[in-house]
Amino acid sequence: MDFALEVEGLEKSFDARAVLKGVDLRVPRGSVFTVLGPSGTGKSVLLKCIASILSADAGRIVFEGRPLVDPRAHQDFLRRCSFLFQGNALFDSLSALENVALPLEQTTSLGKKEIRERSLEALRQLEMEDFADCYPGRLSGGMQKRLALARAIVTQPELVLFDEPTAGLDPLRRNAVFAMIAKYQRRFRFTALIVTHDVPEALASSDRVALLNQGRIAFEGTPVEFSRSTQSVVALFRDSVDALCQSLAAIRSEQPVSL
Amino acid sequence: MGDFTLFCGRAVLALTTSRRLPRRILRAVYEQGAVCMPVIAIVGVFTGLVLGLQGYHVLSRFGSEGLLGTLVSLSLVREMAPVLAALMLVGQAGSAFAAELGIQRNTEQIAALETMGVNSIGYLVAPRIISALLVFPAQAALFVVLGLWGGSLSGSLLLGVDSGVYWSAVERAVEYRDLRECFLKAATFGLLTTSICAYMGFHADRNTSSAGARAVSASTTRAVVFSSILVLVADYVISSFFV
Repeated sequence: MDFALEVEGLEKSFDARAVLKGVDLRVPRGSVFTVLGPSGTGKSVLLKCIASILSADAGRIVFEGRPLVDPRAHQDFLRRCSFLFQGNALFDSLSALENVALPLEQTTSLGKKEIRERSLEALRQLEMEDFADCYPGRLSGGMQKRLALARAIVTQPELVLFDEPTAGLDPLRRNAVFAMIAKYQRRFRFTALIVTHDVPEALASSDRVALLNQGRIAFEGTPVEFSRSTQSVVALFRDSVDALCQSLAAIRSEQPVSL
Repeated sequence: MGDFTLFCGRAVLALTTSRRLPRRILRAVYEQGAVCMPVIAIVGVFTGLVLGLQGYHVLSRFGSEGLLGTLVSLSLVREMAPVLAALMLVGQAGSAFAAELGIQRNTEQIAALETMGVNSIGYLVAPRIISALLVFPAQAALFVVLGLWGGSLSGSLLLGVDSGVYWSAVERAVEYRDLRECFLKAATFGLLTTSICAYMGFHADRNTSSAGARAVSASTTRAVVFSSILVLVADYVISSFFV
């Protein structure tokens, strides 16, 4: 298998608390790869270490066969990779169009006209062209997510890192975001690395999934293998999600208490 | 201190690689210059009015009311204009800049720039530093002009000093070296205070005693306090070279 991204023995601690204890991960080129795990297991930390927002204590990250410790390889990685933040990280003082144009303005030598055309095209592809002049603060959560995705794809990256792309969204929007990621991943053929705790949506839209547990990758395989796995840690995680759904259903079916 | 020096060095280096810099410098000039102009104008006029009033009463004890123009102009050019304009700019533009950077750090906008391969210091800080080198001396000059006018208003119109005597004293008193001192001070204050406000805001997340909105408010307060103190310290150091 051909891998776009390889992570070997990644470790990260905050003070004395070890969050990542030797994570190994290999993401096949052109796939949607999802890292699952309960909240607080270090999924976002893993992604931020890959994107160099946080510096890892130990381990190796290899992109397209080149370790990122090499400054030129790192610069090349930044040019070919995009990051979709959990909170979108949109520039609130820039309009939607200016947000999308920013990476092109700052990292390419394209002319003004071409930058505008490419930015509008990215907005059009995400059905956001009518909101080009709006500021992010005036857009709904789902629209902000689409705008962040437009900014992420405008540079035509080969790898897109998604940090909890459905955080804070309702179930309908969660489905829509995963469908959107799958749709644009197929259209633009980038490699997608997603971290999330939304199991059903992730299983439906991913080519491969991994389970991060206690700072290590406890499982890696296809969604079907994940669903059928008898590995205790996988079963426990799967069952805890099912149990949560059942308990929520039970709460909803209870009679309302009269005050 | 070492980290701050490194930060300033990175900002200067970023000037050579930063893209579309002129547009962002113009925007910073607008934010530091045009937006702060009314405050500078008001403080400048009233400083001149007070200098005229107090100066007249001191000078009249010695029968030297004719030197009012000298007193007002030299006080303004050599001390009051660069120092007070810098303090006003720190209070208005500097605090806003530190808070803006702090919020950008909190909401991961700075991290987003870095993941795009954009030099965040070059994009956010470098244009402000260039702009400060232009705006602080310009605001000090505006302060001097309006202060002189304020001094003439209280001296000539209210206290009866002859207007011609006032303005000719101003003309005779201010030399080239006084203007050089004024602009050197203003540019130095601009460089120092903008760098400090940028550093504090940019590293708002390093605050160990608070987090989130409180960290932003704490870093903004620190930026204003340190900048104000540094203006006065730098003022003394520069003055000692000119006296």
